[in-house]
Amino acid sequence: MSKVKKKIKTIRIDVDKCNGCRSCEMICSSFHANPQYSSNNPARSRIRVIRDPHKDIYVPVYAGEYTESECSGRDKYTINGKEYDECAFCRASCPSRSEFKEPDSGLPLKCDMCESDPTLEKPLCVQWCLADALIYEEREEEVEEDVKQEEIEVGLESMVDKYGLQKILDTVARMKKKD
Amino acid sequence: MRYAETGYNLEIDLTRGNIERVETDPKETELYLGGLGTNAKILWDRVPPEIEPFSPDNLLIFGTGLLCGTQAVGCNRTIVSTISPQTQLMAFSMMGGFWAPELKYAGYDKVIVRGKSPKLVYLWINNDKIEIRDAAHLKGKGAVETQEIIRKELKEPKAQVSAIGLAGENRVFYASIEQGKSSASRGGIGAVMGDKGLKAIAVRGTKDLNVARPAEFLKLCNEVMEYIKFREANPIKGVIPILARLGSPQEMAIHDEQWHTENFMWGNSRTRRKDFWSEDIHKAWTETMEQVRTRLISCYNCPMKCGATITVPGLPTYMMKCFSKLTYPMAAFSDLDFGFKIAQRATEYGVDSYSTPQVMAFALELYEAGILTDKDFPGMPADTEGRFYWLLDRIVRREGIGDVLANGTHWAAQEIGKGADAYAHNNIKKHEQLPLKLSMLNPIYFLMYCTGEKINITQIEGQFPQAPFNTREEREEFVDGWFQVPDEKFKQYFLDWEPRGDNSNPYYPNIEATCEIVDWQEMMHYIDDALGTCTGLSSFHLKPPYHIHNFPKFVSSGAGIEMDEAVLTKAARRNRNLIRAVNIRRGMRRADEKPPEDHWKKRFPELETELLDAYYKYKGWDNQGIPTRESLSGLDLAYVADDLEQRGIIKK
Ligand code: SF4
Ligand code: SF4
Ligand code: SF4
Repeated sequence: MSKVKKKIKTIRIDVDKCNGCRSCEMICSSFHANPQYSSNNPARSRIRVIRDPHKDIYVPVYAGEYTESECSGRDKYTINGKEYDECAFCRASCPSRSEFKEPDSGLPLKCDMCESDPTLEKPLCVQWCLADALIYEEREEEVEEDVKQEEIEVGLESMVDKYGLQKILDTVARMKKKD
Repeated sequence: MRYAETGYNLEIDLTRGNIERVETDPKETELYLGGLGTNAKILWDRVPPEIEPFSPDNLLIFGTGLLCGTQAVGCNRTIVSTISPQTQLMAFSMMGGFWAPELKYAGYDKVIVRGKSPKLVYLWINNDKIEIRDAAHLKGKGAVETQEIIRKELKEPKAQVSAIGLAGENRVFYASIEQGKSSASRGGIGAVMGDKGLKAIAVRGTKDLNVARPAEFLKLCNEVMEYIKFREANPIKGVIPILARLGSPQEMAIHDEQWHTENFMWGNSRTRRKDFWSEDIHKAWTETMEQVRTRLISCYNCPMKCGATITVPGLPTYMMKCFSKLTYPMAAFSDLDFGFKIAQRATEYGVDSYSTPQVMAFALELYEAGILTDKDFPGMPADTEGRFYWLLDRIVRREGIGDVLANGTHWAAQEIGKGADAYAHNNIKKHEQLPLKLSMLNPIYFLMYCTGEKINITQIEGQFPQAPFNTREEREEFVDGWFQVPDEKFKQYFLDWEPRGDNSNPYYPNIEATCEIVDWQEMMHYIDDALGTCTGLSSFHLKPPYHIHNFPKFVSSGAGIEMDEAVLTKAARRNRNLIRAVNIRRGMRRADEKPPEDHWKKRFPELETELLDAYYKYKGWDNQGIPTRESLSGLDLAYVADDLEQRGIIKK
């Protein structure tokens, strides 16, 4: 594979600054609504604030890759005397939890950095976080070119895991007939 | 499709254990908007004046504002309406936090509770699945504790829970409903919840909430966000810190309490300590605060961080906001450390932090005066702080004298007799008020205290400065960029208002201007309370991001209800008159409409009469404060006029 220049977009998360308002969740779900902004539903957001106010735990987490099966071993972190739940920092859309899945279909969600045309100056969640808990940064890096799995493929893969390939094919065939 | 609202209410009959999902009439939204407005309509229709607060037929309504759960920043209020056991009038306390948006996402605009459960229960609303669950194991549990236990047993960490503590269970007349950092405290609505045998309502929702014209709506939201940033960068000059910045008073963030401690009253709202604040106290209180405050926290979809997580070493964590920080310390002549400690217990018990400390200070004053004696306080400790704990424990259990005090200062004084009512001196309509005693009558505040249906003097003002600024230059600077005014004349009223001389209180602003100013401030609150906007971003503030010019656009692009300033103004008036009618039907009259006798030292009986006369007239009410048929009909409230006429309250 050849090396290419790639723009790396990162969001720096400062958990100490988070005030738990969940504006980030709200606006993410609204940005991805169809038509855009026509609705909102934090349960569809690609960022989740893992919060336990009584333990002073506030961790904004971005949805990462879909995974077919849960981890075999799980980690528990204690930071500054605060014990975080298993999976608290994990970005995976994983069978062991409800985070990062569409509430009705169960399809996995993944942060796409608010990809849109024209490109936004800053992702929406960052724009709406006035607490500066989410800071957007860009940098250039040389990386090996890889074939990026399209979103539809990620979705399909999870459907296949859930229902089996044949069922999906049958459904598609049936839907085609209806058209 | 319905926009901004879900179009469904939940009707819960606790007597029969019945649950119904009822579609609402969009016409009602057009007329009363939502939240407080539609709550009031339901109370008017279904709770006639014969119904006692603790009757199974009294309703307890948890209403969400019309814009709650939409993208609109800071629209998160739950408006809880019922008949108050303390005032016997309509109570409509509200809370911020996360509960109202969650209910919207679950698919409902309101939860309407009627009847009484034979045993303690809680309600679990999980999208379409609704259960009335046994709460025997939660009996006597703290309001904060209960929220945690329920989330655990449901295995739903994201459920939002509103709960009562022991005070609610025992029907203390100033029991609150607690939810995260927020609470609906005023008017004793927690007591009604306890009377119904309802310990808590837990909600989880994962559905979409739609808005009618997304691009337009989002643009408005962004403008509000931008203006919040502007206001944060440019605090208002010439006013005290808590009024300079948006949000609920930023009591959790600030350390300088000179203004409150030296201007508000201590004890049973009597003693002013003019030289209280000192370097040493400042240092000690700052240390206390920094030791217990873990984090500043916000309500749903709001950047303002008005609350804080409080952990006093050795005590369970709880959350606090606003002025609760000082009410206990000042009532007990104590300090901040005591305040945070006793507030932890009081929050678990679920009591209002305005009324409660005052009731306890009242009891101790009666003791000093010999009206209550040792036999009323068997085993009470000798120190004031110890006494406060002792009294609190007895009030929420209704033990001994606690049973009397649990009804608030007004009713307790009636029961105690022997001149005790002179000590229940800080009430309006039987409800304890902030401990504020001032010198010169302020005509604007006079009218708000008298006629405010909220019966809570801190929660009716905001848009117009509380006091004149010293110099013309300062006033001009303030007026510059004051685009929130509904009419340019308000700028002139303020420019001409001076601290001394002809253009000063009590005769300036003149009667007409006073009526207009009061009407404007009040109207903005009625809009907030129907839409669910936090007053901390709106009606409580000078120059807020939400105002009469952008609200109609929020409603039309959000809810799809065509709206302009005139229509919205009329809707606010309609709600204002409907709530007044609920109270009028329950017997409220002019004689009840007065501030605490000693609120101002300098009173002007003639002027006050004129003010009230003029304001009633301005509002379309008769000399008793009763809305006339004509004004009711003009607001599409002819059915209200019919009812009042049938009852002989307005003449044919
Ligand atoms: S918007 Fe910012 S402060 Fe609010 S929850 Fe998200 S990360 Fe935390
Ligand atoms: S970057 Fe965009 S897609 Fe990703 S979580 Fe934030 S708002 Fe959602
Ligand atoms: S301004 Fe404060 S009280 Fe109001 S919604 Fe925002 S955080 Fe809550």
